[in-house]
Amino acid sequence: MSDVTSQDPQSSVLEGADLDATKRDGGSPPKSGRPPAHLGRTAAPAPIRLAGGKFSDDLRAILMVWKRELIRFRRNGLRIATSIVQPVLYLFVLGTGLSSLVGKGMPAGSGFNFKTFMFPGIVCMTILFTSIFSSISIVWDREFGFLREMLVAPVRRSSLVIGKCIGGATTSFLQAVIMLALAGLVGVPYTPLLMITLIGEMLLLSLSITALGIVLAARMKQLDSFAVVMQFVVLPLYFLSGALFPLRGLPGWLEFLTRVDPMTYAVDPMRRTVLEHLSIPEAARSIFAAPVTWFGWQVPIGLELGVVAAFGAVMLGISIKLFSKMD
Amino acid sequence: MSRELLDVGSDTVNGAFSEMAVEVKELKKRFGSFEAVRGVTFDIGVGETFGFLGPNGAGKSTTISMLCTLLNPSEGSAKVAGYDVVSDRSEVRRRIGLVFQDTTLDDYLTAEENLKFHAELYGVPRSQTAGRMSEVLEMVGLWDRRKSKVQTFSGGMKRRLEIARGLLHSPRVLFLDEPTVGLDPQTRSHIWSYIHELRQRESITIFLTTHYMDEAEHCDRIAIMDQGLVAVIDTPEALKASIGQDRVRLTTDDDETAIEELESKFGLAATLSEGEVTVYVPGGESFVPRLFSELGVSILSVSVSRPTLDDVFMEYTGRTIRDAEASMSEQFAAKPWIRASRR
Repeated sequence: MSDVTSQDPQSSVLEGADLDATKRDGGSPPKSGRPPAHLGRTAAPAPIRLAGGKFSDDLRAILMVWKRELIRFRRNGLRIATSIVQPVLYLFVLGTGLSSLVGKGMPAGSGFNFKTFMFPGIVCMTILFTSIFSSISIVWDREFGFLREMLVAPVRRSSLVIGKCIGGATTSFLQAVIMLALAGLVGVPYTPLLMITLIGEMLLLSLSITALGIVLAARMKQLDSFAVVMQFVVLPLYFLSGALFPLRGLPGWLEFLTRVDPMTYAVDPMRRTVLEHLSIPEAARSIFAAPVTWFGWQVPIGLELGVVAAFGAVMLGISIKLFSKMD
Repeated sequence: MSRELLDVGSDTVNGAFSEMAVEVKELKKRFGSFEAVRGVTFDIGVGETFGFLGPNGAGKSTTISMLCTLLNPSEGSAKVAGYDVVSDRSEVRRRIGLVFQDTTLDDYLTAEENLKFHAELYGVPRSQTAGRMSEVLEMVGLWDRRKSKVQTFSGGMKRRLEIARGLLHSPRVLFLDEPTVGLDPQTRSHIWSYIHELRQRESITIFLTTHYMDEAEHCDRIAIMDQGLVAVIDTPEALKASIGQDRVRLTTDDDETAIEELESKFGLAATLSEGEVTVYVPGGESFVPRLFSELGVSILSVSVSRPTLDDVFMEYTGRTIRDAEASMSEQFAAKPWIRASRR
């Protein structure tokens, strides 16, 4: 041991001649795991301060994971384009088609545009689909090995999850902003206060749904499972959220399901915010702007947003737990 | 030796390592009822290039995964850079560089962005990041391609970039798991010249696994691993010298009779591997004429060679590395879950 660990500067010269010694007595190789003594007397690598588990190190990790999501998003124009096609189809094709139907039941000349009703729901849909899609990229990372590079890094797993969550949420938020820009086309005014409120609500939903997506992706081994997630999680969340129809006068079983869908508590505040900024006939308002109720009690917007935030926090907690257990 | 003293020493003072770079004691790993690593013990000195040689499925990758803190050992203990791989996981991770068998780069990012990502996650000081990045990129000859997306890289370039990335945070120990697998011979020799340059410039400890015999020659010491156990550890020269005999391989009309006669007439233990009868004798050239005159079966061909690491492997495990791989893949075919759990 003392040969290898010698700290005498004089002996720190590599003695190549020692190599011959091992050759000479090579008749019977020792079966020990002891390295030859000439090794070990080499100069140490350039000293470098290493990450020390401090908060600033975790912050750097979070920012870098976030930044990577943005770089990848920016490089993928096709992804942005395709993610916009679906909500545009819903809003302008389905929305226009349904408008002619819904319009018939309205008092003549009420001037209520069904697309205005649909708009907040479609923005939420954009967030739902793109957030889930961004977090599913974890499965890609696993398949192409990059996840391993992240998992072996000497940072807390929570930093990776938080970075991924903020990153995924940012990209889906940006895509929802593109949809928000279309507000004028469906009769929603660009009032600053309205826009700021909507943006705040969109950010909250993006974070919560991305956290949900990470939970789903954490255990997913193959991309094939993505279709399962779409059918069993994303579409039910979407159809039950009230994005497409008012949550009033529904059969009991359906009403119950809509009330346990966390998306409901994101769509409703956004719709209420939008419709409050418009002058629409009372008859239309009572149908389309009717707030969500729990056993007849009208749920305040603050509480609704609290439900979304709590859901997101729980999902984030679960995903951190799942990531911490990953090898 | 207290932990505090060690901490100061290992991070700042030249050559002040008071422990081995890697210390492994009776390390075992089981996957269900399959014992992938069945108790290995060895030490690696600071600055040494240490090779794990063995067929696929010998337990090399499993051992390396345990040393890199990616797998928890079932039994035994291991220390890397002075820290326990189970209780001081993150201390170990800060001090090791990893290059896996499979690529772990982000194809959508440029070479530079991949390195930057690594630097941020490993906490390389901001003031040193740029300098360190250009240093490692230049070393592996990718400086000109630093702005290119990794998508556009060949397999060899990706491997070089991964080596550069593994070195970025100046690790104490660099783990290379099959660094040249799947690469063409020319690229393989390039990778080796980078590894040699690296030893001189960074003077770090390198631990690599390989199943190419010729590559094991590059190591200061090699451990031959087979079926979850280390058969022998020594310098390649000493291992070859330990055989002390030439290898005579012959093909005959009737191999079984030939083996019997070699035993009865010459007192030699012959084996049949890869379709050839193999015997080890001192002074192979002078043995051949005797062989022709005394062996009862007709000989189709004879070759005599000096001992290579192939022979060393044969000597210590009783089979050639290719035979070992063939039998290993049969075993895997029978138990597909082993492969799955190894991922």
